[in-house]
Amino acid sequence: MKKNKIYLLLIIIALGQSAIAQDIQVIVSNTKAKIERVKDYHADGKMRTNVTFLKLPIAKVSLYFKNPNKFKLKSEKGMSFVPKGSMNINLNSLFTGNDFTIIDAGNEKIDNTIVRVAKLLPNNDNGDLVLTTLYIDPVHFLILKSKTTTKESGTYELVMKYEKYSDYGLPDKILFSFNTKDYKLPKGITFDFDDGTANSSVTKKQKDKKGEVEILFSNYVINKGLSDEIFK
Amino acid sequence: MLSLLQIELYKIYRRPRTYIAFTAITAIVLIFQFAFKSDGQSYMNLMLQNVQDNFELDKSKAINGYFMCYIILNTLLVQVPILVALIAGDAISGEANMGTLRLLVTKPYSRTQLLVVKFFASFIFTILLLVWMAILALFLSLLLFGVDDMLIFRVKGEESQILQITQDDIMWRYFAAFGYATIALTVIASLGILLSVYAENSIGPIVATVCIVLFFTIVSNINVPIIDKNIKPWLFTSYLVGWKGFFYIGVNPEGQPIKGSLENWASIRNSLYILLAHIGVFLGMAVYSFQKKDILS
Repeated sequence: MKKNKIYLLLIIIALGQSAIAQDIQVIVSNTKAKIERVKDYHADGKMRTNVTFLKLPIAKVSLYFKNPNKFKLKSEKGMSFVPKGSMNINLNSLFTGNDFTIIDAGNEKIDNTIVRVAKLLPNNDNGDLVLTTLYIDPVHFLILKSKTTTKESGTYELVMKYEKYSDYGLPDKILFSFNTKDYKLPKGITFDFDDGTANSSVTKKQKDKKGEVEILFSNYVINKGLSDEIFK
Repeated sequence: MLSLLQIELYKIYRRPRTYIAFTAITAIVLIFQFAFKSDGQSYMNLMLQNVQDNFELDKSKAINGYFMCYIILNTLLVQVPILVALIAGDAISGEANMGTLRLLVTKPYSRTQLLVVKFFASFIFTILLLVWMAILALFLSLLLFGVDDMLIFRVKGEESQILQITQDDIMWRYFAAFGYATIALTVIASLGILLSVYAENSIGPIVATVCIVLFFTIVSNINVPIIDKNIKPWLFTSYLVGWKGFFYIGVNPEGQPIKGSLENWASIRNSLYILLAHIGVFLGMAVYSFQKKDILS
């Protein structure tokens, strides 16, 4: 009798685990399906770069995406420093290939929204991607945050805000965080003018190796077709 | 006075060494432009270093006419004082050397007037040199390399920075920078004239002016804190590069450049005052010494 109770308890735990696992599978699957409704888009954007050693104006950019993985971010006028991991701004890239294992990492709270945390482990060990963690709003199937760890380029973090285009899973604002390397020119190479504004001590902010790029999206044009020429 | 100035300008015009300066500038600028047209990417790779690990930048856009002019001025404005010294150092000593100084001072002009006219002739030569430099380094570069935003690579204290100035906010900075450079080079011209008063041949004051500029420039760039704090502020060469201050754009607390702004105008203005004071002192000393100069022996 006692033995039967233990078996029953184990079965219930196993079924419960399976149900939770199924649950996160469904959430990820629904989120992916929502994003995949967008076959292509073009959007305008304002890109603000926040890296200690870069003093760049806010850039007007155009973003183009075409299914399955064509993405381009280009400056409308003048030069722009485009972050190398900017491909990750395109949420479709988070699901590149279907060959990953999804692990349920429980619940968390982002801005008063309870989100489900899913860890996507690629089954292929040879790729650059190590781990993707998604923080998904389980009600609207929207990715509110993601962390991507790669072998070559470190860890990227994306924080998304949705408004007008949430039905398509397209954000109105993205905050893209990444690790930066120290930038140091040898003294004397630039023959600088000492205008008295230099601080001899390097502050904590200057040592901060985190970079941020914020993009505010507007004027999405969705599923109207895009030429492949744009991505060349 | 005007006819005297015309005569002095004619003398400069007739002197072969005048054209050494223009030829040297032309050659240096053209070599720079050729080198950057052929392989400017290498230079950009050096300056961008590991920024390229995190960011993609269209380097062909970064090497544009505005950037080229900045790079050329950065190099040339260290050498141009030597070219100015070639003319200014010859102003009085050249007359003494040729035996025309006595004849010159017998003209119905005071010695002060004569020296001031010599100074203005050197000043006009300096302006013409800078105009020529602007034509080649700025306008020819714009023609060859096109127009785009400009990147400024800078070491500020312990940190290095890359500033981006939008293309519609650059031209006025160049006009201001060339204006500043005119005053900076006039300091060299006045020093050359001052030393010229004491010599009987041209080589001495020219070499002395060049040596002073080189020595002070080297000391200014040693980058040792004790020298930076105690000696650098007293050397006029520390202020010759003040033209760059017009390209140090002001930034807001978020680190974005503010269009039309300067990071530290007060510092540029103070540097201008210091340079103008040097011109005044050198010229004053030159006038005083020329008044006392014995031209009979």
